[in-house]
Amino acid sequence: MIKVESLTRKYGAFTAVDDVSFVCQPGRVTGFLGPNGAGKTTTMRVMVGLTPPTSGRVTIGGHLYHDIPNPGRHVGVLLDASAQHAGRTGREILTLGAQTMGLPESRVDEMLELVSLDQTEAKRRLRNYSLGMKQRLGIAHALLGDPSVLILDEPANGLDPAGIRWMRGLLKGYADRGGTVLLSSHLLHEVEQIADEMILIGRGKIVAEGTKDELLAGADHKTSFVTALDNEQLTKVLHDRGVTFTPAGSGLRVDAPPVDLGRLSVEHGIVLTDLRSAEGGLEELFLTLTADTQREGVLA
Amino acid sequence: MTTAVVDVPHLDIGGTQKVSFATLVKVELRKSYDTRASFWLLATIGIVVLLVEAIVLIVSIAQDGSVQFGDFVGAAAFCTSVLLPVLGIMLVTSEWSQRTAMVTFALEPRRSLIMWAKLVVGILLTLVTALGATVLGAFMNLLFAVLHGNADWTFGWNFFGGFVIAQSLAMIGGFALATLLLNTPAAIVLFFVYKWVVPGIFAVASANIGWFDSASQWVDFQRAQGPLYDLTLNTGKEWAYLLVSGLIWLVVPFVLGVWRILRAEVK
Repeated sequence: MIKVESLTRKYGAFTAVDDVSFVCQPGRVTGFLGPNGAGKTTTMRVMVGLTPPTSGRVTIGGHLYHDIPNPGRHVGVLLDASAQHAGRTGREILTLGAQTMGLPESRVDEMLELVSLDQTEAKRRLRNYSLGMKQRLGIAHALLGDPSVLILDEPANGLDPAGIRWMRGLLKGYADRGGTVLLSSHLLHEVEQIADEMILIGRGKIVAEGTKDELLAGADHKTSFVTALDNEQLTKVLHDRGVTFTPAGSGLRVDAPPVDLGRLSVEHGIVLTDLRSAEGGLEELFLTLTADTQREGVLA
Repeated sequence: MTTAVVDVPHLDIGGTQKVSFATLVKVELRKSYDTRASFWLLATIGIVVLLVEAIVLIVSIAQDGSVQFGDFVGAAAFCTSVLLPVLGIMLVTSEWSQRTAMVTFALEPRRSLIMWAKLVVGILLTLVTALGATVLGAFMNLLFAVLHGNADWTFGWNFFGGFVIAQSLAMIGGFALATLLLNTPAAIVLFFVYKWVVPGIFAVASANIGWFDSASQWVDFQRAQGPLYDLTLNTGKEWAYLLVSGLIWLVVPFVLGVWRILRAEVK
C-alpha cells in the first residue's frame, strides 16, 4: 500500500535518506527500525508531504499524499505526539481533527474510549499530559478518520509495558482487518513482537529487510548461551570434551552450536535451564548492521 | 522479502470529497479562541474597547462636554489598531511556535488554502470587532443621552467605512509579516517598528532631505492610509501611493511568506 521508490533526501552535504526503496503491504505490520538519526523520521515525513524529497517518491495506494482528498480519511499519521498546542485539551485536539475531516463529535468519544483516555483526562490540557498519554491521544488522532493506512513514528515511545502491550494488540487487530501499518522504532524489542515485516535502516540506507525468520536465517549459530541446574557438572563435561567456554552471567558462553550442547546434556543427564544461540538474536544483528555501514547488504 | 518491484494495491479515493474551504475557515476560527492565549487575546480586545468607550463617556460627562457617536468608536479604533495586528500575527505564528503546522498540513496538504482560511478568519474577527465597537459606541451614546441629555448622533459613515478598511489593513499587516517570519515575538516587534518607528524616520528624513518627501510617499504605507480614514481618497495619485506602498508592506511579505510555507519543510 505504501511504496517508497528510490527516495533520497539531502540536507546540504548530508544525506539523511539515501536511495531508499521498500513496500508496506496491507494486512501486515511493517516495522521500520534503526538507530536515532538513521533517516526513519525523514522518510515518514516525505510520505505525508511534510518534507519534499530531493529525488525519488512515495506513493500511498498509487497516489502522492498531496493528491489524496481529505487525507485523514485514508491515512492516519502520528509523527510527533508532542507537536500539538500545549494549551488545548485532548478532546479539543481530537475535535479539531474530526471537524477538518468532516466527522461527527461522537467519533471523538469513540476514539477517546479506544485509547482509554477518560473524560477527565480528555478535559486536561496537553501540557499536563505524560508522554504516554500524548502517545495515546496521537494514536486516537491518527485513527479518527478510520484510515486504511497508518504511519506512526515511534508510537511506543513513552508508553509503559502495559501500554505497549495494548498498542501491539490494537495494531495487530487493525492489520488483521486489512489495514496497512508502518511503525518506526529505535528499540528492537518494541518492533520484534509486533511487526510481520521489518525494515532495518542505518545512516540513511536500508541494511536489511524481511520477516524475523528471514533476517535470522543468515546468522550462523556457532556460539551458545547455556545454563544448567548444575553448572559445575556442565563445565567438567565441556572441559573433558575440549570445548572452550567463558562464564556469562549465571551460565556459560560456549563455543559450540546449541544443538551440540543439547545432545551433550542428554548424553550426560545434565538438566539445562536455558539454551540459546549467542549470536542469533535480532539485537546483535541490528547492532551489527546499523553500527557499520561498510557491512551493509551482507544479509539483505 | 519485499522489493520495490512488488505491486501494491490501489487506494480508492474516488468517493472522498476534498475538505471544503468553508470547513477550513470553521476550523481555523475555532482555533482562534480554543486556547487560553487565543481566548484572552480576543477577550482583551473586547475589554479594551469597552474600557476605552466607558472612559470617553465618563470624561465627557465629568467635563460637561459634548461628545459625538463617532468619538466613542474613534477612541476604540486607536486601541484595536494595536491589538488586531497581534491577532493577525497569532493566527499564523501559533502553528509554528506550537508545532501544530505538522498536523494541520498533514490533514490538509493544500497549504495555501490553510493560509487563506486564516486570513478570512482574521478579517471576520476584524469585522466583528468593528461592529462590536460601533454597537457599544451607540450604547454609550445612549447612556450619555440618558445621563447628560442631548446626544449627538453624528457618526460619519465615511469614517466608519474608513475605520473598517484601516483596521483590516492593520490586521493584514501583522498577518503578512507573521507569514514571512513565522515567529511571534519577531513579528510583533517588526510590526510595531513598521507602524511607529518607520513613519517617524520617514518624517525626519522628509524634513531634512528635499527629494525624500515625494519619494517616501510611495513607500510610506501609514501616510498613504491617511486619506483612507474618512474615505477621502480622491486623487489618482493618492490611490497610487496607497497601492504601491500597500504592495510593499502587505503583498510582498505575504507572497514571499506563503511561497516559503508552500515549499519549506514543516518541522
